[in-house]
Formats: sequence, C-alpha cells, structure tokens
Amino acid sequence: MSMFRAIVAAVAMLAAVPLIASASGDPAIDTIGSPVSPEELAKFFVIMPDGEGLPPGSGTAAAGLPLYAEKCAMCHGENLEGLEGTGAPPLAGGRGTLATNKPFKSVESYWPYASTLYDYIWRAMPFHEPGSLTPDEVYSITAYILSFGKIIDEGTVLDAKSLSEVKMPNVDGFYVDNGPDRLIYRAQGGATSK
Amino acid sequence: MPDDPTKVMGRALLEDGGYGTRSQFETAVKARADNPNDMTSWSYTPLADMKGNLTPSGLHYERHHGGIPAIDPAKHFLYVHGMVDQAKKFSVADILRLPSITRRYFIECSGNTYEEWAKPKGKNVQFTHGLLSTSEWTGVPFATFARHVGLQDDASWVLGEGADAAVMTRSIPLDKMLTDGLIAYGQNGEMIRPEQGYPLRLVVPGYEGNMMIKWLRRLQVSDRPFMTREETGRYTGLMPNGRARQFYYSMDAKSVITFPSGEMLLPKPGHYEIRGIAWSGRGRVQAVDISMDGGKNWIPARIDDTPEAMSSVRFSCPWFWDGKPAILQSRCIEDSGYVQPTRTELIRLRGDHFFYHYNAIQSWAVAADGSVSNVHV
Repeated sequence: MSMFRAIVAAVAMLAAVPLIASASGDPAIDTIGSPVSPEELAKFFVIMPDGEGLPPGSGTAAAGLPLYAEKCAMCHGENLEGLEGTGAPPLAGGRGTLATNKPFKSVESYWPYASTLYDYIWRAMPFHEPGSLTPDEVYSITAYILSFGKIIDEGTVLDAKSLSEVKMPNVDGFYVDNGPDRLIYRAQGGATSK
Repeated sequence: MPDDPTKVMGRALLEDGGYGTRSQFETAVKARADNPNDMTSWSYTPLADMKGNLTPSGLHYERHHGGIPAIDPAKHFLYVHGMVDQAKKFSVADILRLPSITRRYFIECSGNTYEEWAKPKGKNVQFTHGLLSTSEWTGVPFATFARHVGLQDDASWVLGEGADAAVMTRSIPLDKMLTDGLIAYGQNGEMIRPEQGYPLRLVVPGYEGNMMIKWLRRLQVSDRPFMTREETGRYTGLMPNGRARQFYYSMDAKSVITFPSGEMLLPKPGHYEIRGIAWSGRGRVQAVDISMDGGKNWIPARIDDTPEAMSSVRFSCPWFWDGKPAILQSRCIEDSGYVQPTRTELIRLRGDHFFYHYNAIQSWAVAADGSVSNVHV
C-alpha cells in the first residue's frame, strides 16, 4: 500500500469509528461489551477456602436438623449415607478408608474444605429447588452436616469467621498433579508391557 | 418405499421444514446411562456408527449436573470480572461481533471408560468409550476477552460458571486460558446445541469435559483456585496411599477399535477392515498400532485423516480373519512419545480406585463363531 493510500485509509477508519471517552483508548475494545458495577456483580458468588465470599449470617446444627430433615434427607438419607436410587452421594462416614481397598468418599472423609460445602449447598441445593436457601439456612445445614461427621462440636455457631477456620479431616489429602504419570517412564515395564 | 425410485417423482425440497433430517434408515442414537436421575446423568455417543471424524451434533455425548437449561440468547450475558482492570459483560450479540476462530477438538468426559478398571463391563463400544465426541468449535479466544477487561498482575486462575441449575463451576489456570481457551458459540457450523451449552460454552482443548463449562455465564479472574466441589470432592483421582491427585486436567492419549467391537458378529472368515478412533489431550496423535493377538505383536495402522492437536483421528488396518479366536487391540502413540498403557500398567501407575482418566488399551475378543466381546487380558 502506498503512503498516500495508507493515510487515506487511516483517516477513513478514524472517521468511521465514533469517539467514546473510555479507559483503553482502543475503539474496537471500547465499543464491545459493557462495564459492570460491583452492585450488578453482587448477584454472583463463589466461596474460597479462606472464607472469601461468605455472606453475613450464622447457623447451628440444632437449627440445621429440621432443615436437613425437610430438604435433604429424602435423597441424602437420615444418616447422611446417600440413598441408593436417588443418586445422592453420602455426606458422612468413611474416615480412615481412603487408603484401603474399599475407599468411602464422603464430605466427612474426603472433602478438603468446608467452604466448598457451603458454596455447593448455596449454589445447587436442594436438588429440586436450587438456589432457594437463605445464607442462615446454608450455615445451619452446613453446621448439621459437619457436626454429624464430628468435624465441629454440636454447639458451634457457624458464620463467616468460624466456617473459614474449620479444618476438614482430609485437608492434606490432595496434591497437584496433571500427569502424565511419571512412573510410566520407569523400569518394571514400559507402557507396552503386560 | 418405491421399488424403483427412478419411476416415481421424489419429494419436493424443504418438505421437512427446512432443517433437514437424516435418512429414515439411519437409526443410531445416544444411549442413556443407567442412573437414577436423568437430570444428573449422561448419554453415550454411538461410536461404532460414526462415519467420519466429527461427531454429528445431535449424537454428541451428554453429561449434565442439573438438567439442560432453557436460555434465551437475547437475555444471556457473559460476565468477565475479578482481578481485571474493568469488569465487563458481553451479550451474545457482542461476542458474535468479535473476531472468531474455528478449531476441531474432541471433548471427553473424565469418567469415560470408568467402568473398565475392575472388570470388562461395557458390552459395546458405545458404553465403554462413548463419552467422547469431536466437533468443530467456533468462538472467540479468551485472550481477546482478557484484552477487553485487562488482567491484573497476580491473575493466575479463572473460574468458569454455567447458567444451569447446578451452576457448574471449575477453576482453570490462566496460562491455559490464554494459550487456547475458547468461548465457543458454534458447533459444526451452527449454534451450539442446548445439550452442549447453548448459547456459550467454554472450550479448554484436551482437558476434562467437565471443565468445558456449558451455558457459560461468568468468568472470574483470581490469584488462586476456587476449590469448587467439582475439583475437590469430585473429579480428583484417589491413589493407593489414600491421597488424591488434584487438577489432573489433560485427557491422556487413548484409542479404541470401533469395528469389530463388542456385540458385533463377523459373518465368516475373510477380509475385514479394522477401524477405530484415537485421540490425545496433550498433543497430536503420532501413530496407532494394532495387535491381533492380545498385545504380543503390533503392526502400524493407517491414519485416515490429518492429526490435529487435541483432536481425534480415525485409523484403519486391513485384516484377514482366519476364523480362529483373536484378541484385537489398538494403542495410541502421541507426538510427545507417550504410549497408551495397558490396563495392567495403568493399575500399576494408579491403583484400583483412581476412577477417572481411564485410558488403557481396550481388548475385543473375536470368538471362533465370529462374535465379539469385551475382555481383559
């Protein structure tokens, strides 16, 4: 392209793009997508292991018991065992089984963070009424499940602070490893051995 | 049906409504998993019926954690926020205006073939390997959105969140998102099907299917992973020592023979063409080997299309069946040099309770009567 034509093209492009006062100064960026305020983002949540994202409120196992009975037990069972035929996983039991030949994975035995339990209940439970629980109800049901699994005392008041301090039994049971399996490159047979 | 289609006029165009339907003689469909609740369940792609490398969109396997949501694209937004300079939301119309790319990638459920760890369970290849499908995906790279919102210095993770009843969430490393993360709206030339995430799906090539968040509504940038249910209590691999491998993202090299395969019957001895599918979540398929004797001897198969990164290929190998019992196997060799392991080897690597990411060599036994069944050797 000649210098003249390049200048003409550049001027034409500038003229064609509306001038908008904006952060980036790049019209292609500033005219697509809309800035959002913290207020608009407040409808979303995700709870981190350190408690970031936990809402105000509190709950206890005592308050959680009737809620659990009404909203959870029909799938997860009276003893948090997970009822066969519903597809609901167990919430308690199985401590000490992970290294055996019959590992039993439950919230109690396997989940590393209490924050995940709060997040998931608030996010997706009860299964047939997802997102219908108040923060206090979620604190209470969380407290009931953790108390049933003897992870917290029966009388513990769960709130943003106390929940972030809960230490799950299997908190050290995970390590990051995206493979491939290193062992495959060691003796005792390569990948093609039987 | 007319006896002679040349002697009667055919049907007029568009009589089927303008979208098109397959021949009434083609009947392959997805198979339902035997689970108690169809809202959190999966369906299998009929792999043995595939006639090419791309899976027809209507036959793409499904995995849902809270049913298939109904979403009006005019009311759907993608929010990008967190550790960014300017949080933004993008309408579907906005995203359609951005520069797009088109790539062919497979998606495999990390639970594909999970029933084969202990004993040969799936009766046919649809049930053993059917949580695998390949599509041509069209969309906007995450890097484009990153430029639109601006990434802060410590940004290193991105949460993807779906607009389904499970409000599905996964944390994805920012490096991966900036390498080839794709906000897809197109699948095989049309808008993504509702079961596959309409109108937006996150595609992270080669990674576990559950990370490819369907009905994508939100990307939150952070300096650490979010530790959601799907990356702690689920989709982690338990090792024999009782500890679990976390963030095992990539689907390792794998292959399966789709013809002949379980529940088929070879009518008589003679010439056959062994056919199958191979794929790798870490690179390209370099080669595929075939064994007709349960893994004692191997010969190279023919690769029937051009291998692409994090995509699948079809392979084939001519075979003269002499009528004697045979055990057919395939093994995928990825371009890194990684070779698909045997089941014995995989169990040596991971024990019996890893559950996910089963990528061992599949064995099909051909009996003297020509019947084919799933076996372990």
